[in-house]
Amino acid sequence: MIPTPDLSHLTKYDYEHVYEPAGMSYYLALQYTFLLLDALEEEADEIKKDPPLICLEIGSGSGCVSAFLGAILRQLPVVQIATDINPRASLCTLKTGTRNKISIDPITCPLAQPLLNRLRHSVDILLFNPPYVPTGSEEAFDAQTRGDISGAWAGGASGMETTCCFLKDVETLLSDRGKCYLVALNQNDINGICTMMLDEFNLQSKIIMQRRAGREHLFIIRFSRTSNM
Amino acid sequence: MVRLITHNLLACHVKGCTTNNFPLTFQDVQIELQEAEFNPEFVRNLLSRLDWAALVDAAKQVGDTSLPPEEPEMMDDDLLKKLHHVLLEIHVIEGAMTCPNCKHVYPISNGIPNMLLAEHEIG
Ligand SMILES: C[S@@+](CC[C@H](N)C(=O)[O-])C[C@H]1O[C@@H](n2cnc3c(N)ncnc32)[C@H](O)[C@@H]1O
Ligand SMILES: [Zn+2]
Repeated sequence: MIPTPDLSHLTKYDYEHVYEPAGMSYYLALQYTFLLLDALEEEADEIKKDPPLICLEIGSGSGCVSAFLGAILRQLPVVQIATDINPRASLCTLKTGTRNKISIDPITCPLAQPLLNRLRHSVDILLFNPPYVPTGSEEAFDAQTRGDISGAWAGGASGMETTCCFLKDVETLLSDRGKCYLVALNQNDINGICTMMLDEFNLQSKIIMQRRAGREHLFIIRFSRTSNM
Repeated sequence: MVRLITHNLLACHVKGCTTNNFPLTFQDVQIELQEAEFNPEFVRNLLSRLDWAALVDAAKQVGDTSLPPEEPEMMDDDLLKKLHHVLLEIHVIEGAMTCPNCKHVYPISNGIPNMLLAEHEIG
């Protein structure tokens, strides 16, 4: 068992500005995070067999997921980069890394924009628990430009606008042995995502975990270049 | 923390800024040294991901001139140690990074680069 990262240094203020989705209980939001942690734990042996050199988390929020990945990789040297559009989230991620003795380099930016050139086909582990609540496109756009707490949940049409932008970059980022783990909901049309990734980018998809949380049905999809890993 | 390994992976992403947009130039930096465990194999593996000239330049900008201008064919332990220090132990805490092409300034504070763009700069 890998312990859940220590987040006791985060204040109520941090939570309010980083990860307390409006119209959704904090408890439910945590279920998405935990499902991703559980999926990573299940994949731990696989991941450690061929130790990653560069890991990238998009939308790291509190930093909990990156810190957990760091704990899985404990003793293995690795570069862990984490981006978020919310500067307060980047700061929380940095603090969570320090608290848990995991070195994480946060960057405040949209998706992997400033990294796309130089990390081309270089990322061994790519993670994203995206904003998923369906909202108007305008609301999602505003949330994205403001870079505040609303960006944690405002997902635009079908809750998929940010995820769609992300999916276009996955192939560019993944190394030959790279694996990408994405949190998705059944409303996101999981089959559609898998078909699109195969047709447009020749990437294989595999559902590696799923769970019901309240009315939601959550999935972790793994993308990779070959299915036999 | 903006370590030089991170800096070596960042390019300007302003809309239309696609050539000569790397490496970003450090400005008014405040640095902090933090010891990290030396792992020669790891540093060797990172080499394949690096732009050597950009690294040497960035190191100079933060006051470290220990690396040779050309990437040596043979890496001995001594050089790997220097590389380890430059890549992983120098942390830029405050300052800024400027794009050599469009001159966009990306501020760094509390060890975190802010690379958000205004609406009209997004590609
Ligand atoms: C659902 S939260 C996930 C937080 C954390 N990774 C977790 O699993 O607990 C989504 C995060 O993505 C960030 N985010 C939203 N849009 C983004 C974008 N375009 N680029 C980077 N981060 C984004 C939000 O600020 C928020 O921190
Ligand atoms: Zn530029």
